[in-house]
Amino acid sequence: MMKHNTSYPAPVAIENPMSEMATPLLQLSGITKRYPSVVANDGIDLTIQPGEIHAILGENGAGKSTLMKIIFGVAHPDEGRIHWCGEEVRIENPASARTLGIGMVFQHFSLFETVSVVENISLTVPGSLEELADRIRQKSDEFGLPVNPGALVHNLSVGERQRVEIIRCLLQEPRLLILDEPTSVLPPPNVEQLFATLRKLAESGVAILYISHKMDEIKALCSSATILRLGQVTGRIDPRTTDASELARLMIGREIPHATHAEANGDGEDRLVVSGLSYADPDPHSVDLHNISFSVKSGEILGVAGVSGNGQQTMARLFSGEEILPPQFREAIQMMGQPVAHMNAEKRRRLGLSFVPEERLGRGAAPGLELKNNGLLTAHRLGMVRRGFVRRPQRDQFTDKCITDMDVRCSGRNAAAASLSGGNLQKFIIGREMMLEPKLLIVSQPTWGIDVGAAAMIRQRLVDLRETGAAILVISEELEELFEISDRLIVMYDGRMSDPVPTRATHPEEIGRMMIGDFDAVGKSGVDQSWVI
Amino acid sequence: MGDLIPWRIVPREHASRQAVILVPAMTIVLTILCSIVLFTALGASPGLALYAFFVDPFSSAYSISEILVKASPLILIAQGLAIGFRAKVWNIGAEGQLIIGAISASLIPITWPQSTSVLMLPAMILMGVVAGMAWASIAAFFRTRYNASEIIVTLMLNQIAFQILYYLVTGPLRDPRGYNFPQSVPFPDAALYPTLFGGADIRANLSLAITIAASFAAWLYVSRSFSGFRLLVGGIAPAAARYAGFSQKRAIWISLLVGGAAAGLVGVGEIAGPIGKLQPILSPGYGFAGIIVAFLGGLNPIGIVFAGLFMAVIYVGSDSALLLADIPSSAPIVFQGFILVFYLAASLLIHYEIRGKAAVKSGGAA
Repeated sequence: MMKHNTSYPAPVAIENPMSEMATPLLQLSGITKRYPSVVANDGIDLTIQPGEIHAILGENGAGKSTLMKIIFGVAHPDEGRIHWCGEEVRIENPASARTLGIGMVFQHFSLFETVSVVENISLTVPGSLEELADRIRQKSDEFGLPVNPGALVHNLSVGERQRVEIIRCLLQEPRLLILDEPTSVLPPPNVEQLFATLRKLAESGVAILYISHKMDEIKALCSSATILRLGQVTGRIDPRTTDASELARLMIGREIPHATHAEANGDGEDRLVVSGLSYADPDPHSVDLHNISFSVKSGEILGVAGVSGNGQQTMARLFSGEEILPPQFREAIQMMGQPVAHMNAEKRRRLGLSFVPEERLGRGAAPGLELKNNGLLTAHRLGMVRRGFVRRPQRDQFTDKCITDMDVRCSGRNAAAASLSGGNLQKFIIGREMMLEPKLLIVSQPTWGIDVGAAAMIRQRLVDLRETGAAILVISEELEELFEISDRLIVMYDGRMSDPVPTRATHPEEIGRMMIGDFDAVGKSGVDQSWVI
Repeated sequence: MGDLIPWRIVPREHASRQAVILVPAMTIVLTILCSIVLFTALGASPGLALYAFFVDPFSSAYSISEILVKASPLILIAQGLAIGFRAKVWNIGAEGQLIIGAISASLIPITWPQSTSVLMLPAMILMGVVAGMAWASIAAFFRTRYNASEIIVTLMLNQIAFQILYYLVTGPLRDPRGYNFPQSVPFPDAALYPTLFGGADIRANLSLAITIAASFAAWLYVSRSFSGFRLLVGGIAPAAARYAGFSQKRAIWISLLVGGAAAGLVGVGEIAGPIGKLQPILSPGYGFAGIIVAFLGGLNPIGIVFAGLFMAVIYVGSDSALLLADIPSSAPIVFQGFILVFYLAASLLIHYEIRGKAAVKSGGAA
């Protein structure tokens, strides 16, 4: 016990961090990680020097999280080697990562809200509460992380909570600190403060691995960046001297075929009008929305592109009616010409809204209920209820039709939603929402994680629905999908929305630049437009 | 360390269908086994005790009638509570709602102790139901308005109801000619449920018909109505209920009001049935035992009828066990505790199964 009570040594001094010859702190070579359906990391090489702030940049699904899990010992590579300070190591679990000197600050904080800062930290760091409180104060002075050790966590702001997480890592004297999208939840002044802290840490010799998709941050903070695409390294650059379109090219880096269906005629009536929508989400892990305005007309598909975690989920909940605004803001969202921001989901659905959420099981469908009752869930207004009682024949007919029309592979209408594969359940949910003949359909991640055949079918159905005059809003992380089906595209970044661009006249790299925060990319992407069909 | 245990508990892919039968069966078997140990340790003959619990209650028309007298309130309360429990609204305050329902209903016969009006009993029923709902609505209000846990609020309201009852029967509502006993004037016949089967000692009464009707209504509500469906979805998949626009506040209100109405009705059934007056002890804990009955019946209206009968047998059996097997008066309460604990333990098997380690490994490799 005694050794825990004595003060900890200062960070291990790095012999001349500026030397070109210094042994790399961390060196990954040929890291490959395969999951059943995807190769998440494919032969990744990565070298990190002491005192370096190194960015990892990539789209969703590029393999960033898997790589971090491997470095932190949460996942194990199928192939490849890890060297730490020149010695080959195997990182079994987060505890062994911490022993080596690797700390990680997660996007979602892991703090107990009802107890104090120091009590939270004492759960993972040994020592008496008094000693810990002293060490917390010491660290917070040293690195400019003001935190009161006695404060209860639930009284702390998001920025303060993140500081607690960082201090908790620092108390274990890490030599490599991993930060996963640390600014996604921070208000701008806190971002500056965080950067100052990170720079100080780097000066003291700690290496920082900074995962982000925000170009301006990476430019301001990082001296080197590794760009991942589909599990592979596509570039190692100095972000301070690389321009946005080059970054976007490395990140997106592929031709994406455009829609083959006819263009929307563009003279439909407004079905969804969002004007000046701002929202401060009480959940500290969500992104606030800032002054979002756009509209969707009947007979068109509007796509919302963006890296996930930029406010799409909050926005979808505000549109679906799962989250409602106070009546004075009712005009912020209008559907079918009526202000609806204050209405619950059921009232909006009565106006002709259908919604397909990104979580199929548990939100779009009740896992334990049979398909027939999951049909009843939202389709009850199609004559399935009379005098308060469920009309079973109508419900069953509807469900059977939905199963047949959408080719849902299941044992029948009595199959529990949880027994279906993701793709089949998604077909059922989309079929159900389309059979409601919506005037406005909002779809979140329509084909996330489902097989190619089902995805193609769902996209075709969305286009077919457009032909019948419905207005469709598709929120997706997949650029291919958005380019294939949408008529216009808007990009969401950090709770803000870009101006719309016609999909047929834009280029993936232009969208890619907007996805990393360069909203001025519209119309001056520097790409020769002549190739556009 | 975990390797010392040769089996492990793994989640099932689908909720077990056999569990509907299996869980109550396991509960009863384990309860009997443990009570054999308990009674032996107490120096009583376990055979005689179990005979007293399970056989003696069926030995006479009187004791069968007593089973019905006790089953009726248990079933009625459990039907009301189960509707809320399915929606995951935890009304622990049926005992208090029962008391307030009984107090309110008793105001009518206490005010008109000589009346022979046929409207007396219906008016009491109405008063009891409304008062039970009103008492439960306090918890609904605090939950929907301030997000105060309905578990805590209903639990504390029980104590308040007890104290109000004590105050009233020792003060304003005490029978002035009752030799200072803490009880009200005896109710006139017009304020009592007619007894069934006409026997002199038979206390089973018309409230049984109300329980049967309420059980049918509960079954209809749970299995056929859209409102019952909304409540169920809110309980098993809250995010899906929010997605569909089913109001959670409404679910909380319906759950607590239905539970309060049933408990209030039971309160009327007690004072207008076996008791016939207002007194400090109105129920042997029906409001709490009703929770056990609701879960023992799998929150299913038909299951609850059987569970209520089972619990009533145990209540009646407890009385005869005290006499026949000479066990302490707290032993029957321990016996009831066994039932609840084993039920909760056995219900793990609905969603989990126990497998040998070897089976788990080979299953994983397949």
